[in-house]
Formats: sequence, structure tokens, C-alpha cells
Amino acid sequence: MKTFAIGGVHPQENKFSASSPIEVLPIPAKVFIPLSQSLGVPSKPLVKKGDEVKIGQMIAAGEALISSNLHSPVSGKVEKVDDYIDASGYRRPAIFITVEGEEWIPEIDTSPDFIGEITLEGPAIIQKIKEMGIVGMGGATFPTHVKLMIPPGKKAEYLIINGVECEPYLTSDHRLMLEKPAEIITGIRLLMKALGVEKAIIGIENNKPDAIELLSKTAADYPGIEVVPLKVKYPQGGEKQLIAALTGREVPSGKLPIEVGCVVQNVGTAFAVYEAVQKNKPLIERIVTVTGSNISQPSNFLVRIGTPIITLLEKAGWNPEKAGKIINGGPMMGKALFSPEVPLVKGTSGILVLNRDEAYREKTEPCIRCAKCISVCPMGLQPYLLARVSEIGRFDIAENEYILDCIECGSCQYTCPSARPLLDHIRLGKYKVNQIIRSRKN
Amino acid sequence: MNATILFSVITLVSIGILSAGILYVVAQKFYVAEDPRIEIISEVLPQANCGGCGYAGCKNFAESIVSSGTLEGFNCPVGGAEVMKKIGEIMGLEVKIAEPMIAVVRCNGTHAHAPSKISYQGVDSCLFAHITFSGEGGCPYGCLGLGDCVKSCQFDAIHINPETGLPEVNDKCTACGACVKACPRGIIELRPRGKKDRRIFVSCINKEKGAAAKKNCEVACIGCGKCVQVCPFEAIKLENNLAYIDPQKCKLCRKCVEVCPTNAIHEINFPPRKPAQAEATEAGA
Repeated sequence: MKTFAIGGVHPQENKFSASSPIEVLPIPAKVFIPLSQSLGVPSKPLVKKGDEVKIGQMIAAGEALISSNLHSPVSGKVEKVDDYIDASGYRRPAIFITVEGEEWIPEIDTSPDFIGEITLEGPAIIQKIKEMGIVGMGGATFPTHVKLMIPPGKKAEYLIINGVECEPYLTSDHRLMLEKPAEIITGIRLLMKALGVEKAIIGIENNKPDAIELLSKTAADYPGIEVVPLKVKYPQGGEKQLIAALTGREVPSGKLPIEVGCVVQNVGTAFAVYEAVQKNKPLIERIVTVTGSNISQPSNFLVRIGTPIITLLEKAGWNPEKAGKIINGGPMMGKALFSPEVPLVKGTSGILVLNRDEAYREKTEPCIRCAKCISVCPMGLQPYLLARVSEIGRFDIAENEYILDCIECGSCQYTCPSARPLLDHIRLGKYKVNQIIRSRKN
Repeated sequence: MNATILFSVITLVSIGILSAGILYVVAQKFYVAEDPRIEIISEVLPQANCGGCGYAGCKNFAESIVSSGTLEGFNCPVGGAEVMKKIGEIMGLEVKIAEPMIAVVRCNGTHAHAPSKISYQGVDSCLFAHITFSGEGGCPYGCLGLGDCVKSCQFDAIHINPETGLPEVNDKCTACGACVKACPRGIIELRPRGKKDRRIFVSCINKEKGAAAKKNCEVACIGCGKCVQVCPFEAIKLENNLAYIDPQKCKLCRKCVEVCPTNAIHEINFPPRKPAQAEATEAGA
């Protein structure tokens, strides 16, 4: 069975919600749409206080090169455009909408019919993806249309589809693959046409045999699309790890996957592309796993963007008294939320609520130079060294030791027998090194 | 005498004499003339090498003074007036005595004033906490209390008070500015020590709207502008919902302290107010 060669760990999978079908969450009374929902420049609001909006109407435009459009996920009235807390507790601009009725803009095809026939040409598909505000649904939220524009002189050979879902607990991609296989395959065909590639490889870890079987069967009509089962290993969902696992190619340090002829997209993104291109439906909702020891009914919800996360937690039956940590994403790469009041954004793939007795840090002991962190680092770095030089402020050494190649997967910290906060220090080092590089350019 | 010993002594002595000769010739040939004043000034300086003057250490500071031939723009904050006067004598120049400064922590978000909403378990680094989240109390401008300023101080002049969770500056402060640079949120400011060590300043740098600031901290500056109106010397500016007192214009009259509804303006080292005045303040509030 294929997998990537360097490093990796295998945490307990805990996929409690794998057998819960996707449930549509009722629309909340009020939504908050943060203007910064993708990597890059925040979108510019197009509505003001008192405006009436319909579902699917564009409410903010991504004007910069790396930016994305935002659409109203509900119909109602714009209460105000003001600051609202984001996942980290900082206040950033957001559009507040009070929900009234449920009126869609007429362009959107809301019928449940499946449309498999592709009528648009490549550039038109990319244009549509841009208009509909599609971003990477795996969590990094890189605007999809930017990823599809191949820089001159480069050629894409493979479209790699990420159905790995290597994070423990999360099941949103798994459920999507089981419930919408035809749509995903059509989305992949659209992406292939947009990129002009002949081959697409879907990588799925073999802890999801049902998804592998179903997608293989659905893709059987299209010889260019291949489903490859992968050995379960974290962080296989990382772009560079997935390329290594599926093609054996290594992306050079500091370069993008296109350097080795690959473009990676998530299955969730493929589904969003299908809805955008075939159904004219912008990215206004997504599938979110709500799970963890604190949740009585681990579930997968189809939720409108902007819904306060507390609504999901209440629906899935959380116990606020015992809750220790609410994590946005999975346990390995997710970040703890500042408050359950924050809204769901395009990049929220899961909400993990851990009980207080689980959510704590072990006491930090001295580094014993056991080199376990080095053996698990999927990027072939030396985490103990990067953490130490960042701690003492030797950012020059950190830069020379390729600190910027770190993908922040957390395998080093997970495996450290001394419970050292390796990734904390490395993140700090990356921040400083980036700052130094920027100041050098100016 | 044993021939081996004799031979060794003669060899070593001759090597010694030869080396001394080479060293002498080289020292003469490649002699670098250095202004003796550099050495003298260096001896006067505190040798803390803190960089507070803006130069890379005390030696570099002395070299820069001697090479520029003026004292304009040079100030050793650690040595203060005394050291600068001595340097003036050495250089034969008039010294303009710079106003003595002190580091001021402009946040009063103590555990009591800004109660923690969440608990942070990451590494003890303000910078890391700053890039990770807004702070335990929720104020995105407030002190994170993890002590980057304490670590940066060479003079043992700033410490975190465990009761409040905030750093406190003591009299050892030399105004070298290391903590000002270390604080990722720019909370610490160098301000003139003031007459009789008396100072008035706004102990808050929150630029959020009043309601948002007050939600996280009861002693935040809410930008109401009362202090601006009451100040007879136009020393207070209100920008981005935040008042700032210009220490050059402030005459330490304390009128602003009385009107501030959130007690965000602090007075330091003043004698207690007369009772009549205090009563009037209470009635006014």
C-alpha cells in the first residue's frame, strides 16, 4: 500500500461520527460573515446597513489577486458592517445579517437533479469558480481559481484529489464522498478540464474502504480518474506528502506543487466546484464534523457560512460544564477557539470539543536528544533544533535550517517524550523569519 | 648540568627572543593611531552595552562621539546627566542635559479589571501569544503578562507582579528602551520622569470603540473625550478612540484624572488630594 516515505505518525483515529449521515442544520436567526475568509487580502463589502439581501447574492468582492468573493448564505437584512471576534479573539470586520424568510436569487438551480454534462470550456470554468468564491475546503482556504491558473512555462500533468482526511476525529470529507460521489467525480472532471490535464488521482486512506469502493465504481466510466488507497498515516493530507505518496515526486524546498506537475485539490473543493459550475451555487454552506469526548451525538452537519459555532454545539449535544477546549479543525492542526460565539467560516472542516480532563498540556521536561521528532518530521527537518534556535532568538540559523519548510503538522510535538512545546517555538520562529525576509526585501 | 636541559633552555629562550623581535617590528609597522579620548570616554561609560543610546555598545558610542566631534544627539540614558557632563569635559564641549526618562507600562488590565475568559497554555512568550490570540482577558491591545519585557531588561528594573499579572517598573530603570522594543503590542513607552518623579499618563492603548474596549476591561480608555475638554493646556489628543497625553505640554494639573469615567488616567507620586477636593470628585462622579 502506498504512502509517503519520510516521517509521519499514526494517532488514534477516533472517527466517532463516520456513520452519521450529513444532517442539514436549520438556518440561524442571525449570521456573521467575516470579510477575511480566505488566504490573502480580505474582501471588500458591497452592502451597507439596511440593505436587503437574498441567498446567493454577492455581498463582498475579492478584488486583489489572492482574495475571494463572498455571498450571502441567508436572505434578510444587513444589520451592520462592523468588527466581530474571529477564532483567535481579535476583532475583524464582518457583515452582520438578520435572517428574514428564505429567498434565493433566481440564477441558482436549487433542484436536487444531478447534472453530469459539462458545457463550459476551461477558462469559463475558472471564471465561474472565481465568481462563486470557491476556496480550498481542506482548511487552508487558498482561493481555488488562483491555484488553477498555471504560471507560464509550467505544465500540469496530474490533478491530485485529496480524500485522505488524515486528521483524527474528522469525517466531513468521508461523509461527502459516501453521499455525493457522482457530484465529486463531475467536480473533478471540471477541474481536469480547467487545468487541461488528462489524469486525476484520488488518494483515500484505507480506513475508509466504503468510500474507496464507491468512488472507484463511480469513476469507472472515466479512464483518466484513478482512485488509489493509501496506508493510514498522518499528515498524508499535506499537499507535499500526498504528492509524494501518489506519484513518488518530491516538491523542492520553497516551491509549489506545480513544479513537479501537480495541482492538489480537496474532495470538498471538487464538490463545491460542481455546485458552482453546474448549479450556479456560490460557496455559502459546507459540511462540518462536530465531535469529541464532550459531544453526546457526534455529527456531520451541512451548515450555512456565518452560523455561530455554538448553534452546532448545542445541536450536537455538548456539555459546557465539562468542556475544556473547543478546537477549530482536528486535534493535530486545529487551533483552539477563543469563544463558541465565533462564526463558522469557509475553512471550518470540523469542531472538536474535548473534555477538561483531556485538554491539557503535559509538564515540559528537558530535551533528551532522542531524535524522535526528527524521525517523524514529514519534511525531513530537525524540530528540536528549530525550536531551540527560535527560543534563543537565533533566527539566522532557523532560516538556514529550512524552518519555512515546516508545514506545522505537529507530529514532532505529538511524539516528543518530554512534551516539549516544539511547534509553538517553531511557529514563532517562522513568524520572525518571515518578518526578517520581508524587511530584507524592503 | 644535564645537556638535555641546557639544550631546551637555549632553544626556548632563542625562540622567545626571536618572537619578541617579530612582535616589536610588527607593532611598529602596523601601528593604528587611536584617539586616546575614545579609551577615556569608554572608561566613563557604564559599560552596560545595552544599546539604549542607539549605538552598538559603549565602545561604539565613544567612537561615534569622538569621530563626529559633537555631542548633539548623543545621550547615554543609563549614565544620565552625570556621565554626559564628564564626557563633555573630556571633549571640551557644552552638554545639553537630556530630560531623564522612565519606562511606563500603559495597561491596567489586571486580573481584577480584565478577568480571564480563557486560559493560555502555550509557551511563555508574549510574541507567540500575540500572534496566536487576543489575550486571556480578550483585549487585543492589552498586556499578555508573559514577560518578554522582563527578559529583555538588563537592569532588573521591570518585573511581573503576580497579583495583577502586569509588569511594574522600579527605580532602577535607565530608559534604555529594550522593553519598549520587546513588547509585541507596544504597550511600554518612554516618558519623562517629570518634576519630583510625578507623572500623568493614560494607562491604556486600546483603539477599539468604547463599548468594545469596556467589554473586556473596566479601566479601558473609551475615547469619551472628557479629558480633552477639561485640559487647560491642550496637552491631550484623542485619536482612534484613544486619549494620549503629551508629556511636553502637560503641566501635571491632574484635572483629567478627576474626570476620567473609567480611571484610565493615572497619576504617579502625587501627594494625596485634599479631602474637600476628593469629596467634590466623588460627588461629580
